[in-house]
Amino acid sequence: MALKDRVNPIERNPKERAKDFSEVSLGYTENLAIIEAKRCLQCKIPTCVKGCPVGIDIPGFIKQIANEKFQESYKILKKYNALPAICGRVCPQEVQCEGACVLNKMGKPIAIGSLERFVADWASKNNIKDEIKIEKKLTKKIAIIGAGPSGLTAASELAKSGFLVDVYETFSEPGGVLIYGIPEFRLPKSIVKKEVDFLKELGVNILLNIPVGNAIEPQELLEKYDAIFIGVGAGTPKFMNIEGTELNGVYSANEFLTRINLMKAYKFPEYDTPVKIGKNVVVIGGGNTAMDAARSALRLGANVTIIYRRSEGEMPARKAEIHHAKEEGVKFQLLTQPISYIGDKEGNLIGIKCVKMKLGQPDKSGRRKPIPIENSEFIIPTEIAIEAIGTNPNKLLLSKFEGLKLNKWGYIQTNEYGQTSIPKVFAGGDIVTGSATVILAMGAGKKAAKKIKEFLND
Amino acid sequence: MLNNIVKKEKLAYGVHLFWIENPIISKKAKPGQFVIFRIHEGGERIPLTISKTKGNMFRVIVKAVGKSTYELCKLKENDYIKDVVGPLGTPSEIKRYGRVLVIGGGVGIAAIAPIVDALINVGNKVDTILAARNKESIILEDEFKDSENLYFATNDGSKGEKLFPNQLMEKLIKEEKYDVVWAIGPALMMKACSEVAKQHNLKIFVSLNAIMVDGTGMCGGCRVRIKDTLKYTCVDGPEFDGRDVDWNSFLTRLSQYKAEEKKALENYLKIVGEPTWL
Repeated sequence: MALKDRVNPIERNPKERAKDFSEVSLGYTENLAIIEAKRCLQCKIPTCVKGCPVGIDIPGFIKQIANEKFQESYKILKKYNALPAICGRVCPQEVQCEGACVLNKMGKPIAIGSLERFVADWASKNNIKDEIKIEKKLTKKIAIIGAGPSGLTAASELAKSGFLVDVYETFSEPGGVLIYGIPEFRLPKSIVKKEVDFLKELGVNILLNIPVGNAIEPQELLEKYDAIFIGVGAGTPKFMNIEGTELNGVYSANEFLTRINLMKAYKFPEYDTPVKIGKNVVVIGGGNTAMDAARSALRLGANVTIIYRRSEGEMPARKAEIHHAKEEGVKFQLLTQPISYIGDKEGNLIGIKCVKMKLGQPDKSGRRKPIPIENSEFIIPTEIAIEAIGTNPNKLLLSKFEGLKLNKWGYIQTNEYGQTSIPKVFAGGDIVTGSATVILAMGAGKKAAKKIKEFLND
Repeated sequence: MLNNIVKKEKLAYGVHLFWIENPIISKKAKPGQFVIFRIHEGGERIPLTISKTKGNMFRVIVKAVGKSTYELCKLKENDYIKDVVGPLGTPSEIKRYGRVLVIGGGVGIAAIAPIVDALINVGNKVDTILAARNKESIILEDEFKDSENLYFATNDGSKGEKLFPNQLMEKLIKEEKYDVVWAIGPALMMKACSEVAKQHNLKIFVSLNAIMVDGTGMCGGCRVRIKDTLKYTCVDGPEFDGRDVDWNSFLTRLSQYKAEEKKALENYLKIVGEPTWL
């Protein structure tokens, strides 16, 4: 096999998978994983590791796969990453580890994500128990607010160091965006549950259904705990706020995905939560959330169109997800900007008035700025519109944290180690950076945990 | 976190009172706040106003209108609610206003009970209107004894005046100078009362019963137009000045899942038969 060829994991047929919510990628078989692992050059100075926000020993775990020592491989992975089955599935590897792989120069990079996933799934299937090595039991207590990727990672790091860790979560299930945001067909919820169960084995105490800020005030946490980590995400959806935003049939992607993922509305009426779905669904936005919403709507039987104001090259979504969406039949209406929603007499959405765009000079983000084309308005008939245009920080908690400095966008201001303006309070993930990725949130959780340890050992 | 039903009582047909054990909520809840229940695995999340607290318990009063509330009303003492989140929402703006008129319509009476108490406690003189379809649907009457004046309005005239609450409100406003009004009940009632308040240039708090999912500001499903801005009922409200609410779009959004709600209830009744427990 030539070096540049990459072994692709097995995927379900687009026509078949577009009808259900089961996982799209079936991953590697043992043989395929070994072949792919053998492509790794085992660089002395591995650039891939630098591309990984949690610094996994990538050549190390891949070498063990090549040697068919999967359990050894798993041990290495787990040392760096508490949630490998999740990261292997949802990381944007093309801009992280795989983007940094030297093989990019000659062909396709090593499929590091798929290999990570393979090892984690293999361990789970073979019932490999994680070695729980808690350094030494400590008496200091840490509160983590939010059971999303950053909070869970911080919790795992701190529990392994022997601290008493309480995680406070508002929802009835831990996982944050892994549970309510990312759909089952990309990340089966049973996997999230399994990885979270490992944290419980580490002794992490997860308290559900507790909205910190209302049920417990920050002041009480400050008195009761030696340190606090805030990882509440950037959960409040933005709306374009164009005419007709209140019409029935207009959703935020957060609401649409929460109904589907967390509440399992696709199983209505077996599950009690309904979701509206029309013959036509339009999703507005070009990020991963837009792809998830579009592919979910497709699975409910709709004819789905994504509207994006720039062109495909500027889309922030992962290339693989755009590709998957296209394969499944999602249509793309690029260089198009909605200007108002049109409703019928009963207040139901019947269409979106849009304007065509052209690309101008690059803006601050380096992407070419979309400019409306005069007299190009047209109407897209649709019964459902889903806005996936980003989020704002959720103020439920932040407004109650006295003395906590926020930046001009309302996110928490921290130093490079995740420490906030209140010395014993740390923060990480989307509530610091704005909407980013699962693995960056995990990296922030890990970094803050390290700093919390230093802070408490002083 | 126990969430067991300590006490349950039927107040009227399809209207049931529950005392739920939950030390955190009972300790933290303030008037105007709500909880979200998920009765069982697979259940939906439904918002319910906290109607009172006592020791380790809080009270909700539920009217059976669809599948989840039918199921809730079927639960018995010592049963558990799977998930209870709260307290949620911004508390009522309780302060010394002077003379206050508080209107509760139907199960909205349960929501005004803690507000009336709190308003009286800080030194307001409160007149209360309890309004309902008929005499039998007036609940919790005993809890409003500390009101300066207690008025009743029923659609059929079986108790108090045969007037809609907004009509009685209009009548009282002409006789007495009020500093602020609260009106909590069905959306149409709150809308009608808000129109009266607007005509008389009077501040009126209403508590919006929007459709919610998470109840923590994460989804925007409960959004409502207040003057020119979009607000989230669950975190910015549920109480707003009724004069600023865009009632038409609010009412439209309330009816979003009518067909699905009907289907869910029909399916449920097919399984359980006559809802004799209501």
